[in-house]
Amino acid sequence: MKVLYFAWLRAKTGIGEEEIALPSEVVTIAQLVELLKGRSPGHAAAFAEMAVVRVAVNQDYVGLDSPVTTGDEVAFFPPVTGG
Amino acid sequence: MAVRVQREDFDSGAELERFSAGKTRIGGICLFVGLVRDYMGHDPAAGAEVRAMTLEHYPGMTERQLEAIEAEARSRWPLEDTLIIHRYGMLEPGERIVLVAASSAHRDAAFEACRFLMDWLKTKAPFWKVEHTSEGDAWVDAKESDDAAAARWKR
Repeated sequence: MKVLYFAWLRAKTGIGEEEIALPSEVVTIAQLVELLKGRSPGHAAAFAEMAVVRVAVNQDYVGLDSPVTTGDEVAFFPPVTGG
Repeated sequence: MAVRVQREDFDSGAELERFSAGKTRIGGICLFVGLVRDYMGHDPAAGAEVRAMTLEHYPGMTERQLEAIEAEARSRWPLEDTLIIHRYGMLEPGERIVLVAASSAHRDAAFEACRFLMDWLKTKAPFWKVEHTSEGDAWVDAKESDDAAAARWKR
């Protein structure tokens, strides 16, 4: 699975993109977040406050209870500030 | 109907010309251009000076979201055409960030659709701004007022 981070989530994790081997028991975004938190203190900091984290699966917005599978592209980012 | 996400500047006048060229059924065009301000926050006297900002985006999802926003506008109003141009990269105060245009036979649809496109773009298109200010770099926070503006168009 490809995981992308943007804006301050990228700054906190220290990476823009990483490949994750998805364990079979991880089937939702919320479970994926718990898994990612364990990767580094930076990851834990990035996911400390989920109210300010938005999630997209395959470039569409989804909620934390949405399903994830191995082939997905999952992106985490703050609320958007374009325009 | 077009969406362009680009680093380079655009010419608002030339875009307007091209947008209306040869079209005789449209009664009006509403065109909005967003610029980089030179201060942080809402109060020019209180906010730190912004020397530049960098706009980051999510290539692929950005275009996808902008196209969805455009399609939604066209489903709600009888529009002749729409155009969205959004820049990314480093921009200085006074530079153009975004252009949104809508044309229709009558002005109400053009005005409303233009506003809708901006309100939805502000809350859905995956862009993020970091301001380079006299007090250091700061990620711009999403505004509740932008959420409220987008919520007006909920159905």
